[in-house]
Amino acid sequence: MTTKTINDQTIDFDDEGFMTDYTQWSTEIAAALAEEEGIGTLTDRHFAVIDFMRKEFEEKGSGPSIRRLTKESGVPTKELYQLFPGGPAKKAARIAGIKKPQGCI
Amino acid sequence: MNTSTLEAPAPTKEKERIKKVSIIISKGSLEGVYPGLIMANGARMEGIEANLFFTFFGLEAVIQKKMNKLKVATVGNPAMHMPSLIGILPGMSAFATSMMKKEMEKIDIPPVDEFIEMISDAGGHLYGCKATVDMFHLTKKDFCPQVDSIITVGDFYEMAAGGEIIFT
Repeated sequence: MTTKTINDQTIDFDDEGFMTDYTQWSTEIAAALAEEEGIGTLTDRHFAVIDFMRKEFEEKGSGPSIRRLTKESGVPTKELYQLFPGGPAKKAARIAGIKKPQGCI
Repeated sequence: MNTSTLEAPAPTKEKERIKKVSIIISKGSLEGVYPGLIMANGARMEGIEANLFFTFFGLEAVIQKKMNKLKVATVGNPAMHMPSLIGILPGMSAFATSMMKKEMEKIDIPPVDEFIEMISDAGGHLYGCKATVDMFHLTKKDFCPQVDSIITVGDFYEMAAGGEIIFT
């Protein structure tokens, strides 16, 4: 486990760079993590994905599968891959401040 | 002579990553098709380039009229833990198929047509095998719209160059 200071706030991360406590998250932290992932500035569409992931995580304890994500967040598969190029499930989960996705789909 | 000072520190090797996979789906049973689809979709989720090549009976997975009617094979499969004599009974395959589909739905594995669409939208490419298409007298019209083109084995190797090839 490692810690990093973002915006004067100490954030805990696991060895793979996922936040271990999603309650430490804020939109400023999301912006900093998005910068690290090479995503750039986050738009409303990014947040449609991030908010859905966080909601799902809060309710179920794990992030959604890509299938659920695209069906229920209102962001279709094509757009999801454009918003988070190079591996949407993990990148979006990392920026959303939740644990690494566990499913295969 | 002391050689220890000559040894440079081992360079920190960057973790090796797979960049591209080309997956061949050659079987037309439900359990023959899904592993390849799951691996292709999983590759795209990780940002890995993915090609799917459907050949022989595997082609049924991209034939519009057949893709959602694939069945689990209940004969000749020891892992079914069912004597083949029972496996041949009418309805056994349909029963095993509906059981498996139910379980798959629970863990969010989509039906074949939806899965193919997902993989295609995710940037994966799908190809049909020319030899099989000729053998079964099929045309482009028989396939779902996500199939990019019908290609030869030579084209496949060209396309797979620089990546991993997985045969299922």
